[in-house]
Amino acid sequence: MDRPIFRTESVTKVYDTGGAKVHALAGVDLELFGGELAVLLGPSGSGKSTLLNILGGLDHATTGHVWFRELELTALRDRGLTRYRRDHVGFVFQFYNLVASLTARENVQLVTDVARDPMPPAQALDLVGLSHRLDHFPAEMSGGEQQRVAIARAIAKRPEVLLCDEPTGALDSKTGVQVLEALKDINDRFGTTTVVITHNAAIRKMAHRVVRFHDGRITGVEINETRLAPHEITW
Amino acid sequence: MQALDKKLLRDFRRLWAQALAIALVLACGVAIFLTSFGMYRALQDTRAAYYERNRFADVFAETRRAPDTLTREIAAIPGVAGVEARVTGSVILDIPGRVETAVGQVISLPDAGLPPLNRPLLRAGRLPDPASTTQVAVNEPFAKAHGFGPGDSFAATINGQKRQLTITGTLLSPEFIYTIGPGQLMPDNEGYGILWMPERAVAAAFDMTGAFNSVSLKLTRGTSRDEVIDRLDDLLDPYGGLGAYGRDIQLSNSFIDAEIASLKSTAAVLPPVFFGISAFLVNMVLGRIIALERAQIGLMKAVGYTDREVAAHYLMLAGLVGLAGIGIGWAVGSWLSHALAVLYADFFDFPYLIYRVSYDVYVISAVIALSAAGLGAVRAALAATRLSPAVAMAPAAPPRFSRGLFDRMLAALRLPQPAMMVLRGILRWPVRSGLTVLGLALAVAVMMAATFTDDSMDEIIDGFFYQSNRQDALLLFSQDQPASVLEEVRRLPGVLAVEGHLYLAAELRNGHLSKQTPIEARRPDSDLSRAVDAAGRVVVPPPGGLILSERLAAELGLRPGDMVEAEFLGTKRETHMLPVSGLAVQYLGLGAYMDYDSANRMFRQAPQVSTASVLIDPAQEDALHARLKDLPGLAGTIMLTDSRRAFEETLAENVLIMMTVYAVIAVLITVGVAYNGARVQLSERARELASLRILGFSRAEVSAILIGETMLLAVLAQPVGWLVGWGLALAITAGFSSDLYAVPLVLRPACFAQASLVVLGASLGAVLLVRRRLDRLDLVAVMKTRE
Repeated sequence: MDRPIFRTESVTKVYDTGGAKVHALAGVDLELFGGELAVLLGPSGSGKSTLLNILGGLDHATTGHVWFRELELTALRDRGLTRYRRDHVGFVFQFYNLVASLTARENVQLVTDVARDPMPPAQALDLVGLSHRLDHFPAEMSGGEQQRVAIARAIAKRPEVLLCDEPTGALDSKTGVQVLEALKDINDRFGTTTVVITHNAAIRKMAHRVVRFHDGRITGVEINETRLAPHEITW
Repeated sequence: MQALDKKLLRDFRRLWAQALAIALVLACGVAIFLTSFGMYRALQDTRAAYYERNRFADVFAETRRAPDTLTREIAAIPGVAGVEARVTGSVILDIPGRVETAVGQVISLPDAGLPPLNRPLLRAGRLPDPASTTQVAVNEPFAKAHGFGPGDSFAATINGQKRQLTITGTLLSPEFIYTIGPGQLMPDNEGYGILWMPERAVAAAFDMTGAFNSVSLKLTRGTSRDEVIDRLDDLLDPYGGLGAYGRDIQLSNSFIDAEIASLKSTAAVLPPVFFGISAFLVNMVLGRIIALERAQIGLMKAVGYTDREVAAHYLMLAGLVGLAGIGIGWAVGSWLSHALAVLYADFFDFPYLIYRVSYDVYVISAVIALSAAGLGAVRAALAATRLSPAVAMAPAAPPRFSRGLFDRMLAALRLPQPAMMVLRGILRWPVRSGLTVLGLALAVAVMMAATFTDDSMDEIIDGFFYQSNRQDALLLFSQDQPASVLEEVRRLPGVLAVEGHLYLAAELRNGHLSKQTPIEARRPDSDLSRAVDAAGRVVVPPPGGLILSERLAAELGLRPGDMVEAEFLGTKRETHMLPVSGLAVQYLGLGAYMDYDSANRMFRQAPQVSTASVLIDPAQEDALHARLKDLPGLAGTIMLTDSRRAFEETLAENVLIMMTVYAVIAVLITVGVAYNGARVQLSERARELASLRILGFSRAEVSAILIGETMLLAVLAQPVGWLVGWGLALAITAGFSSDLYAVPLVLRPACFAQASLVVLGASLGAVLLVRRRLDRLDLVAVMKTRE
């Protein structure tokens, strides 16, 4: 946890919605380190999702610079960002974003088909405890199971970073804990840098570091001296 | 298999109903293209090969009697590569077991065997012995129609002499691919035959030894046909030349030309309509799918799929629809081509089996169909690539409804809310609504294009048989006869009334425009054979004046009151300036009429007749035929009652087939457009409609919104469809028009009504299918899904 894997410098993001300009990010300087599990905490509209999208190469910063190791993401065009996402990043979304017409295994395969050195889909699903649900379609699974398929899909390509946008947002507390267990397990086992964004303050207790957001700015960074295991968290 | 491919196949399977609705429209385009373009090529290629191999002549001419020595001068015309002079004549046939007379055209065969030009192909038996006077070879269709083979015999009255002829063989000739007798409307192989006889026998029978009355020329490549025709006319003029002409006027060839032209225009007009509608439907459906799969597109991009891969994925979905359409289109097209080939076999006599659509036509049709599907998909696929992943995964903004002028007008109407929803939905997507209206309008137009021909044919039949040619039979004399022959005809058994007509071969000229056509001279009191004007009044040629058919006048740029130069051909070599006194409506042939007494006076001759129209007592018809078979000087008979019956039967059959095919096509278009439109609407409005149900609207009320929008568009499509249908019918009648025949544009209210009923009915059926889905909608699930 020494070298920064992400580094941002005065990143801003302005959305132009016809008349009014919305400053989603108003100058963010942040470093995220290899192997850490960071929680970005803040209310809705605080800019954390926007930052995650920029870190994941899904969106462009308006001004400022972002580096992934030595690669300056802010200098890449769409094609370069696609390459970056394909090779380095795994995503987990609030609404799972599974393809309804593909089974669990096939949803994972969607990623392994285009990844450089993926693990077999079955292995990825095994890692999230779904080896018994390989051939089920999303509609046949619970929300927690669907989110774990999404995690399996994200980790199957052995990404260096795992970016999770409100991964428990659509789940009840008990199911949410299962999902967090899966994320922590991956982080522990593979040392995958994991960024979890949430507005749920309870989740911060499992992180190495907590970055607080408000109105497009970082309002504080705290280090958890004693982390809690997900099963010890409730909300 | 890649996961994305699995998604593709499963999406395709899930969307099968919509995909099928589109594929069927596309298949119509493929099938019609395959049939019309394939048959166009097959017919053209086969004809070209047949003409080439059997040396079909380029220029033809008939004359009264020219000496054989003239052929050397004809051969010396620059550009003439071959000359075939022969003797032909019309004969009355007495076929064993047939009550009615049949007509034959006798053609002389050179001593050496087959002629160098228009070479017939021996199909069975052998050629007649050059020295024989009783042996003939006949055209194969005639032999088949009577069950004749080599060795069979029948009687013929040749130039007044009855003799027994024996068939030695059967032939097919490039001159008679479409074998139609004088005055006939359709081939009648029982009633009309071609007889090839040794030259010596024919010459002796027609008193033409050392002479010819028909000549055909083959030209070298690059020779000006018109110049040769002029030179040939100059040579034949002193010998009663009736005007030389090219292949375009040769009867059999001009019918094939007309068929080829109609296939070509079908191939050019109809398939693009279907491909256009398919492209629109693909665009509409795929656009909706991409809207629904926004989040998945975002995900694919987030995990590293490139824009190209995402676009290809959706293009391939359209490609699968295209493949389905091509598969169905090929199957149906092959079947249709086969059916058309069978139909052609009844009318066209080709020696070889040609009716196979070549493989490249299949390939071309597939390429066009895939391009149409691709074109429809490309906009939607590009929209997918333009979605940035972060935006794609956020919910789409609700559609923007603006308060425009229309909206204010709607508000002023104070309509109930469901009606407002319907109208706003239409106005919100004006392009889609407009294209839906256009698609349904095309279905109406296609339906009208099929039904109007029935009424047009009725008009033709009424005009030709009931207004103009009211005689039961027309007797054709081999040469002009003194008018006293009509007395003999009147005394024949069963003859109730007789009228004589004089035919004068002529070329009509107006400035640089000219047309060869016979002028028929008839008495002012002529009642069996009449000319009728546009208002349905009988027009009688005044002394010294001409009545022209409207189409002939148009071709010559003449109007009533104009003067026309008439150069008479054959034995009457005089040129007169005649006034155009009036116009007659005529759909078959290009007629010209003048007063009988004026005509005879003009040529300073005692009254003569070329034909006699007769009214027959049906009870004595058999007795009349028995006498006609032996009547000297008779070259042929045309039984108009039989012609009419055959014409009506063939038409009834063809019109029924055509109406069925077009009705199916109209229904397919309608279902394709209406079903997909309603499905897309249901998909867009599912939440809205479910909300209304939760608010307490009944199923019927909610489905009224869904049905209302599609049916409102369908109703709006009707006047547009009538207009397009009128234009299409006009284009069809223009495409059909030739010197041989014209199709009048008759659009009765029933035609409009029928087309509208079919399209509105099919629209309602399609939308009711979608309504069933609405009834099954899981209200809670719909409200829960994120959109």
